[in-house]
Amino acid sequence: MIETRGLRKSFTSRQGREKKVVDAVRGVDLDVAEGEIFGFLGPNGAGKTTTLRMLATLIEPDGGSATVAGADLLKDPGEVRRRIGYVAQGGSTWDDSTAREELVLQTRLYGVRKSEALSRAQRVLDGFQLSEYADRKCKTYSGGQRRRVDIALGIIHEPSVVFLDEPTTGLDPQSRAHMWDEIRRLRTEGMTVFITTHYLEEADALCDRLSIMDNGEIVASGTPAALKREISGDVVRVGLPAGAAATAAEVLDTASFVNKLETHDDGVRLYVDDGATAIPLILRALDAGDVPLGTIELHRPSLDDVFLTKTGRSLRED
Amino acid sequence: MKLLRDTGLIFERQMQLLLRNPVWIFVGVFQPVMYLLLFAPLLKPALQVNSNAEAYEIFVPGLLVLLAIFGGLFQGFGLIAELRAGVIERSRVTPVSRLALLLGRSLRDVVSLIAQAVIITLLALLFDLRVFIGYLLLAYLMLALISLMTSAVSYGVALRVKSEDALAPLMNTVAQPVLLLSGILLPLTFAPGWLQGVADWNPFSWAVDGTRALFRGDLGSPDVWQGLVIMAVLAVLAVVWAAREFARSVR
Ligand SMILES: Nc1ncnc2c1ncn2[C@@H]1O[C@H](COP(=O)(O)OP(=O)(O)O)[C@@H](O)[C@H]1O
Ligand SMILES: [Mg+2]
Repeated sequence: MIETRGLRKSFTSRQGREKKVVDAVRGVDLDVAEGEIFGFLGPNGAGKTTTLRMLATLIEPDGGSATVAGADLLKDPGEVRRRIGYVAQGGSTWDDSTAREELVLQTRLYGVRKSEALSRAQRVLDGFQLSEYADRKCKTYSGGQRRRVDIALGIIHEPSVVFLDEPTTGLDPQSRAHMWDEIRRLRTEGMTVFITTHYLEEADALCDRLSIMDNGEIVASGTPAALKREISGDVVRVGLPAGAAATAAEVLDTASFVNKLETHDDGVRLYVDDGATAIPLILRALDAGDVPLGTIELHRPSLDDVFLTKTGRSLRED
Repeated sequence: MKLLRDTGLIFERQMQLLLRNPVWIFVGVFQPVMYLLLFAPLLKPALQVNSNAEAYEIFVPGLLVLLAIFGGLFQGFGLIAELRAGVIERSRVTPVSRLALLLGRSLRDVVSLIAQAVIITLLALLFDLRVFIGYLLLAYLMLALISLMTSAVSYGVALRVKSEDALAPLMNTVAQPVLLLSGILLPLTFAPGWLQGVADWNPFSWAVDGTRALFRGDLGSPDVWQGLVIMAVLAVLAVVWAAREFARSVR
């Protein structure tokens, strides 16, 4: 449904006299299948929005190629526009318009007749449980309601692919759960959903497949389960008093059940196949080595660990 | 056809929003009326004319051109608000004509300017202004072209700079010399030669002369067609440029 090869974009921004070039996206390859929820996970500034805006024909790539919903992005952006929906990160509704007005106009911009646009707007308002507020000005909506209007605007012309840029950022947990249901409903209706997020839980719970992006590049792709499996099993975090980490590392590094070991200021991090059986062995080894133990924690891998393994940084930190 | 339809859709929405907020009618009419009431009485002696009617014949067209220029140049602020709200980006992912995104907005500006002009003309009639309706319509055409041009320029610049902080000084810098060098408020008849020479390079000066000729009832004056042609050419250039900005605008 979406296929990109070597998609690139850099921005030149001026800071005083100096020109600074930011390589926002540096060669992205993607393959998104029909009917899946595909996620783009990455920290702020990773290049997610820039990639989406290229795929949505809003900015021209500097290089690379892409096919979106069967149309060539560079040769036929008009056809791409007809087949996709795009919901921007920052929202898209006008304070003084009502949801219904926005939806009807949006539909008509795709060449739909007024009567058809009106009935379609009503259908979508019902679907998103917005009918109650449909004729109130957008500025009176709650954050969650307004976000649902944004999404309704992005899919009212029944596109085959919809791009949602951080659809749940800034929402409270309840609205977020509601939004997840809406997004799953879009998949049920046959749409391919391409969503960006910097929430690990969201990527894990919602996406069929995902790519992790950092610094303009894709560092890993796959289903959430496969990505987690790929980073070799469980992680055991051993918290240690200051100065003890080096000794602990010495003791444990040679142990056969440890696949990989990382030393941090406050302890060590062990990558093992099965944490439950590894913990007793770790305790015994540390005891034998006379290392004073602080805390021990078993950690089934999360997408954060995948990110950490691939980039050396944690996604949670920002 | 698609262009017409799209322009109509954008125009309809913009008019709807404009009418929803009637404050502009008050603001847009109050100021010019103040000029008519408080400034115009100074004119009769200053212009050395014999009657109020004659003074208004000179003053009202200038005032209308002034409103067309300023009204247009400051429309970009509304567009920046739309940019920030994400409305423009949402339009740009649809297949809507980029020219229509501009024209729909500029046409709203033209319509609201003409409405303002009609109100002011009617008021001026109370002050003994007399103008032949056919000529008046031509004068309105001139105003429409000016407003189309200045609002398109303002939209184009707004899409480039994307911030009110940059737009305000830019537009003021453009507007001030344009105003001073066009003989808008007072004709340049009494200006020294060098000043008139400079004014010849100001397209709005031609527009004002043309509009005044129409209010005088002097259709035969070359000022009329010259003003209209110059404004029409500039309006087309401005529209083409600004529509391009709608097509390529980044965020
Ligand atoms: N229009 C622009 N001009 C200059 N720099 C930009 C522009 N858009 C994005 N960038 C830069 O490109 C990088 C990627 O940004 P973005 O795609 O928005 O990241 P994300 O959506 O993952 O947070 C950032 O460093 C950002 O500052
Ligand atoms: Mg972003």
